Amino acid sequence: MYKIVLKETLATAVVKMMVHAPYVARKAKAGQFIILRVHENSERIPLTIADYNREEGLITIIYQVVGKATMDLNNLEEGDYIHDFVGPLGKPSEIENLKKAIVVGGGVGCAIAYPIVKALAEQNTEVYSVVGFRNKEMVILEDEFASHSDKRVLMSDDGSYGSKGFVTTGLEGLLEEHKDIDCVFAIGPIIMMKNIAAVTRKYGVKTVVSMNSIMIDGTGMCGGCRLTVGGETKFACVDGPEFDGHLVDFDEAQSRNNIFKNQPAHSFEEDKTCQLLKEVENGK
Amino acid sequence: MANKTQRTLMALKDSKERITNFEEVALGYTLEEAMAEANRCLECKNKPCVSGCPVAIDIPKFIHEIKAGNLEKAFEVLSEYTSLPAVCGRVCPQETQCEALCVRGLKGEPVAIGALERFVADSHNGILKTVPSETKGIKTAVIGSGPAGLSCAGTLARLGYDVTIFEALHETGGVLRYGIPEFRLPKAIVDREINALKKLGVKIEKNVVIGRSLDLKDLEDDGFKAIFIGTGAGLPRFMNIEGENLLGVYSANEFLTRINLMKAYEAKSDTPLYLGSNVAVVGGGNVAMDAARSAKRLGAAHVYLIYRRSEEEMPARREEVEHAKEEGIEFKFLCNPLEILGNENQYVSGIKCIDMALGDVDQNNRRRPHEVEGSEHIIAVDNVIMSIGTMANPLIKTLGIDINHQGLIETNEVGQTSNLSVYAGGDAVSGAATVINAMGKGKQCAYEIHNEFMSKREA
Repeated sequence: MYKIVLKETLATAVVKMMVHAPYVARKAKAGQFIILRVHENSERIPLTIADYNREEGLITIIYQVVGKATMDLNNLEEGDYIHDFVGPLGKPSEIENLKKAIVVGGGVGCAIAYPIVKALAEQNTEVYSVVGFRNKEMVILEDEFASHSDKRVLMSDDGSYGSKGFVTTGLEGLLEEHKDIDCVFAIGPIIMMKNIAAVTRKYGVKTVVSMNSIMIDGTGMCGGCRLTVGGETKFACVDGPEFDGHLVDFDEAQSRNNIFKNQPAHSFEEDKTCQLLKEVENGK
Repeated sequence: MANKTQRTLMALKDSKERITNFEEVALGYTLEEAMAEANRCLECKNKPCVSGCPVAIDIPKFIHEIKAGNLEKAFEVLSEYTSLPAVCGRVCPQETQCEALCVRGLKGEPVAIGALERFVADSHNGILKTVPSETKGIKTAVIGSGPAGLSCAGTLARLGYDVTIFEALHETGGVLRYGIPEFRLPKAIVDREINALKKLGVKIEKNVVIGRSLDLKDLEDDGFKAIFIGTGAGLPRFMNIEGENLLGVYSANEFLTRINLMKAYEAKSDTPLYLGSNVAVVGGGNVAMDAARSAKRLGAAHVYLIYRRSEEEMPARREEVEHAKEEGIEFKFLCNPLEILGNENQYVSGIKCIDMALGDVDQNNRRRPHEVEGSEHIIAVDNVIMSIGTMANPLIKTLGIDINHQGLIETNEVGQTSNLSVYAGGDAVSGAATVINAMGKGKQCAYEIHNEFMSKREA
């Protein structure tokens, strides 16, 4: 059992938790994820490691309430326990030898993008960040991105905060300005990562995306998280979750993430509050 | 006993009733049946059956105790050799192991050794009165809680070592938990045998992935003097044909994990499972049988078992094939998938297959199947479950010990890896094999670890 030592709401339905998980904290690196199971009958869901504290054995996760599993998690409070919490899983981000990089985060994907920005900044890579949100209410980690980036561009779909528009616009601006970017990291909804990859392909800049497939074990045992990269089948949990954005079949990945969408408890609609949550909000 | 050439049959649940649930199919012997069957054993002096058992159980000795109705004694005999008798009595392919060498089998049916082992284990709570020998205070780590790890841990604990098992999943048992379904191996049995290990002092750390959460160096730093790796061969194979990433295509591992480990078939479970009414399972091993029979129990109207060779070549246990037939699984022998077809929403709509014919014998002494030209046909299905075997887990590569070209761990004849305080056994070394072979290796490695410490002590 894994104790929740802190719970904090960051934005509408976006919550940060710090969990005591010493085995995970001992080895965690940027780009890796955990799998948790809230209760005995809950499903296993993957969440990226947003931060860690090795000395105190703590792992920070940031999640958006999008379905039953995240809603059950959200019903736990500080001092409560998560039934199972395993990791770190997946390969760490490859960030060595980068002089200049751009990190793009969309919505709750910013929670995954932030540790990469931080790790890049710590190794003295010149790092620019582009973060995008639906509106002002959804903005998270604003100060964290600002303090670790050489420049931060904040976008909102409706223009209620920062610049109006999608992250692709902010990214294009930076790419026009800087012709010597070594790598772009893009993390967010699949459609966003697909669009980012289309932009960077034009500029010929290497692009790494973090894929959020449906997972069960997270250790390479089942292939539920498989996707096509450069024409080959890869397992996101052990071969990734980061892949070359110019080689990923995003349409297939999008379709595979929709397999359970008709089951009431399993809405994988990205960046949208699911029906279940709406019902809760409406007091049904 | 009037007829000593035939074995005592075990009662089975009726096939019509049993496909409506996941309860155990074979019901086990009563005391009378067990004693009658035990009496068929001739108690041969040279005990050929024992050499067919990978953990060399003294079979006539435990059967001798059943004849006298002395089940406690019979259990003690079994426990000297095996940590999981209730499991092995159920899932071992006895027909190719102990029972294949039984003298009774020369003129009739061999003694039902597996059924007797199961009977003894089931009549007992699994916990021995005897405590482990003096504790040595030597920390040993076992990685993986499948049959190899459980057997190694049990043996080490009995020899007096301080044992900790590290398991990646949230439940112990490996394939016994996520792979073999309830109707063949009730999970309560697995729990009981694992509880018996805990009673021996074995500690279990779940949710720890070796190669990610911990590496071998961490274990050495934490004071573990010997390490056994029994991580299995869990990475599923796919055919690399068109359509394999469509919605509704599962590896057998994913399908069975959702069912067995996550209990997706129970209303209280949150884990989803998408299953239509027509299901194709590709493969001919025990895992394929398990997947097909599970699909039937989940209400599929038609379950097709597609296998590229003929019934004779099927690697699955005879008993499981018979049970599958009784339950209405539709076998498509000499049939091989070419492509999986999908609808406009990317869901599976059918599987395109071709008929096969058996040709010349290959170097493995199996007749090689080849395609029959012009025999392509489509079977309408909603799901395809790929059950064509597994490979080494890629996390093994991160451990810094020697692996072979197949990604399996290299060991010497006593199970030692290129890191001399690290041993390995089971599917992680051999590739996918049987529960009892994994147990045999786990037990062997435990004795090797023990010998190593004993010789150090004397030196």
